Amino acid sequence: MTFIAKPKLRHPELQRNKHGFTRRDYEGAVSTLCAGCGHDSISAAIIQACYELELPPHRVAKLSGIGCSSKTPTYFLGNAHGFNSVHGRMPSVLTGANLANRDLIYLGVSGDGDSASIGLGQFAHILRRGVNMVYIVENNGVYGLTKGQFSATADRGSKSKRGVENHSASIDLVMLAIELGATYVARGFSGDKSQLVPLIKGAISHRGAAFIDCISPCIAFNNHSGSTKGFDYVREHNEAVNFLDVMTPRDEITADYAPGSVQEIKQHDGTVLRLRKISEDYDVHDRVAAMHYLQKSKAAGDIVTGVLHVDPESPDLHDTLGTVSAPLNSLGKKELCPGKSAIDKFNAARR
Amino acid sequence: MKPTDIASPDYFHKVVDCQWACPAHTPVPEYIRLIAAGKFDEAYSINWVSNVFPGVLGRTCDRPCEPACRRGRVEEKNAEKPEPVAICRLKRVAADNKTNFERLLPSAPEKTNGKKIACIGAGPSSLTVARDLSLIGYEVVIFDQDKKSAGMIRSQIPRFRLPESVIDEEVGYIEGLGVEIKNGVRIDSLQALLEQDFDAVFVGAGAPRGRDIQIEGRAEAAKHIHIGIDWLSSVSFGHVSKISKRVVVLGGGNTAMDCCRTARRLGGKEVTVVVRSGFDEMKASPWEKEDAIHEGIPILNYRVPKRFLHDKGKLKGVEFEIVEVRYDEKGKRRLVPTEDAPEVIPCDEVLVAIGQENAFPWIESDCGVKFLDSGLPKLNPTTFQSTNKKVFFGGDAAFGPKNIIWAVAHGHEAAISIDRLCSGDSVSDRPSPDVNLISQKMGIHEWTYDNDISNDLRNKVPLVDQKIALKDIKVEVEVGFDFKLAMSEAQRCLNCDVQTVFTAPLCIECDACTDICPMDCITFTENGPEKAVRERLTAKSTNTTQDLYVSSALKTGRVMFKDEDVCLHCGLCAERCPTGAWDMRKFYLQTAKAGAACQNAK
Ligand SMILES: Cc1cc2nc3c(=O)[nH]c(=O)nc-3n(C[C@H](O)[C@H](O)[C@H](O)COP(=O)(O)OP(=O)(O)OC[C@H]3O[C@@H](n4cnc5c(N)ncnc54)[C@H](O)[C@@H]3O)c2cc1C
Ligand SMILES: Cc1ncc(C[n+]2csc(CCOP(=O)(O)OP(=O)(O)O)c2C)c(N)n1
Ligand code: SF4
Ligand code: SF4
Ligand code: SF4
Ligand SMILES: [Mg+2]
Repeated sequence: MTFIAKPKLRHPELQRNKHGFTRRDYEGAVSTLCAGCGHDSISAAIIQACYELELPPHRVAKLSGIGCSSKTPTYFLGNAHGFNSVHGRMPSVLTGANLANRDLIYLGVSGDGDSASIGLGQFAHILRRGVNMVYIVENNGVYGLTKGQFSATADRGSKSKRGVENHSASIDLVMLAIELGATYVARGFSGDKSQLVPLIKGAISHRGAAFIDCISPCIAFNNHSGSTKGFDYVREHNEAVNFLDVMTPRDEITADYAPGSVQEIKQHDGTVLRLRKISEDYDVHDRVAAMHYLQKSKAAGDIVTGVLHVDPESPDLHDTLGTVSAPLNSLGKKELCPGKSAIDKFNAARR
Repeated sequence: MKPTDIASPDYFHKVVDCQWACPAHTPVPEYIRLIAAGKFDEAYSINWVSNVFPGVLGRTCDRPCEPACRRGRVEEKNAEKPEPVAICRLKRVAADNKTNFERLLPSAPEKTNGKKIACIGAGPSSLTVARDLSLIGYEVVIFDQDKKSAGMIRSQIPRFRLPESVIDEEVGYIEGLGVEIKNGVRIDSLQALLEQDFDAVFVGAGAPRGRDIQIEGRAEAAKHIHIGIDWLSSVSFGHVSKISKRVVVLGGGNTAMDCCRTARRLGGKEVTVVVRSGFDEMKASPWEKEDAIHEGIPILNYRVPKRFLHDKGKLKGVEFEIVEVRYDEKGKRRLVPTEDAPEVIPCDEVLVAIGQENAFPWIESDCGVKFLDSGLPKLNPTTFQSTNKKVFFGGDAAFGPKNIIWAVAHGHEAAISIDRLCSGDSVSDRPSPDVNLISQKMGIHEWTYDNDISNDLRNKVPLVDQKIALKDIKVEVEVGFDFKLAMSEAQRCLNCDVQTVFTAPLCIECDACTDICPMDCITFTENGPEKAVRERLTAKSTNTTQDLYVSSALKTGRVMFKDEDVCLHCGLCAERCPTGAWDMRKFYLQTAKAGAACQNAK
């Protein structure tokens, strides 16, 4: 951490978006994480994505659990709503908030310990319910905050900083997310913002459960040789299947690509995800093929990144529950207390 | 692009914008930090070594450093009116608040080295030569026609800007080194001087002749029309103490500004400055114009003087033709008369301040010193040596009228040349500066300097009440910064000498520095030609006068580019760097001065 606040002065050429905000206006308090922590880069990517999408910060709700990763919402979008919940319990708090007010943009931030160990159950259920949100796991393979114990995403055979080998099998959160029905699934790397920022923008513009597994080296405890989550290892084994451009309805859509090399996916809000394929035979719509590809790559020691699965048409939790479309806090007494006759009618229907 | 060679002293020197722009290369941020630490003697001393007249310059310097100051650029679009650090007036703070500078004052060697140097004129250039050379054992004699020394510092700059006590003090330090100043002695023949036993002669005679105006009525009304610089020196030496009620000042340079403000103090009630061209093209600095206007002096522009109106020699007014700017087919700017009727400004006296010229009637054509058509001596521009190898020029006498800080800078270089000549070394081989680059790290996030960035805007220097100021020419208009203002102003300095130094092999490309940098200075990207690279940096780089710091190739094949332009030197990049690839190192550069240590250096 640093002792001084980040200076208010900003580059004179910084552009303002339609709200009159520069990118700097999407920052939060200065980070208290270790110097060089991958999580700080992810915060910077979130800031960039929100600025580019011209989100009104006060319409965003940031929720997190416990861990270095879960601390990061303090370091971006200082003017958004925030809830730093209990270890592994971010998903249930987010689900509740979303049910109460579907108009906010929900950003769940978690760690591999928070989501794959103590919070694995919560992780599973929020995805299968299709809560409209972005769920980011800042995945460093360790419990950073408690000084570097292996987490459940640490690869079998990888070594701790002190040379101890991990004998347990690892949980692949991307595989789980596809399996559990998440409708936008991607993997990124904190060390490659040109890939990560569009992945976050795509997730924000997606309606439904969007999940990003972002590999994020822990400088203090998991960036040594023998680690499979350090900068060098990830760079060596990174295999991107595609490159994403996110085009909002405001952007001019240009077509300067060879036919067949690009796949365009129209999202619910009109945003277009343009995927430039790197791996020819990878189809983001085909869940089964995607899982097969991921398994094969994992066995080969590759870390597959990019957009891994998208289903732009699926319903979200509110659709399946048929909830009222307005946020609960906007309902008046009349709607909330419809009176005895309405209750009687309701009860009668259930007899 | 090629990796930056940070071993070349120029690279980091350029980053210290103020020091680079200062003709004498004063280590500005170092003295500002010392002021902030309350070490006024030390702050003064750093100035004294570089610019010889900190008290004088802290009140009068033309301050080329300030337009260059990075603070002005970083406040762009961040503050209503972006302004540089008040570098000049902070110098005065050091001078005003020092308590015991003498303990830091070096002394001349007990025994002289047997070499004798003559300086003509006791202005800032000669005094600098004398100081530098006497400190290393030369015997220096200065000749000046005036009764007192300091040249135009004393004769021209009015007392309300510069009290005489400050001049006396700073000339005193130089006399204290054993320099002999012969006042009231005019040199009428260079030849005669060369025939004496001097090993070298320095000509610091200034540009003493004020340009006159030749229009109708000039001769007839001569009694009421004065050449500005002659009139100012008459005021300074007490020969003139009054002026009529209505005064017209012709000209728009700093002499005109001093003339009009002096006139206001000597009885001028309606003082008007009239310039031929536009207000914005005036030679005077913006702050000088502001000061004049503030004292109730109108500045009228686009008026060309045509005639002096008089009644049998008694001046009645000046007639002006009104002109406007036009561009001819070649795009050349011209002043063209308008249809408007001529304008008459009634007045009782006129001060002509339309320029200065050099004049060397006392230099014989056969003494080996050649002159150019412009009337200026033919000189080597780095050594200041004339075509007579024993004769050197500096200050206004070298390249025409400039200012004090340039005179000082010339003096330092001429002193080096003289020392090399007298030591039998090649005059054209120049000694390199003293350079030092030292890490400022004290702890994980602790630095020797205060890296927090102040948001204070430039502080205004308090003035004395105008009623009092206009009554007496000896009342100094500016009170100077008080302690609080001085501290606030000092904190505005960005410490541009504390450099961001990058060690490529240590970098793991984690992006931490890019993410934290408040000014988007740092980008990791593919290498390419400079123009293309500048286009694709995190923040588009448009100021090509500022360098890009380029690393060697990193592990991923990319390169680190840092745009020096608006770096705050806040050190956050170094604080966030997990491997110490970034470090904050203080770059201290002192230009070479005459002296044994550098005699044989290249
Ligand atoms: C009105 C006015 C205001 C100014 N204000 C400023 C200001 O605010 N800030 C600034 O930086 N600059 C200012 N300047 C410019 C500055 O004063 C000069 O650039 C500077 O003094 C030049 O220094 P110098 O060493 O060349 O010699 P000068 O200061 O010109 O001194 C030359 C000396 O040599 C003497 N001399 C000349 N010929 C002979 C001879 N043959 N024998 C003996 N002695 C001789 C002269 O009498 C004089 O004393 C101002 C100039 C004027 C005219
Ligand atoms: C209920 C509960 N159990 C255990 C802990 C101790 N604890 C704090 S953070 C953490 C692990 C965090 O790991 P991860 O989510 O990967 O975050 P990181 O610090 O690696 O970013 C643990 C086990 C806790 N705070 N609360
Ligand atoms: S311990 Fe690891 S995860 Fe936590 S802040 Fe430090 S580097 Fe980041
Ligand atoms: S901010 Fe300070 S160091 Fe930088 S140019 Fe200005 S005065 Fe010099
Ligand atoms: S010192 Fe470093 S972090 Fe601060 S502005 Fe300069 S490059 Fe950016
Ligand atoms: Mg973790």
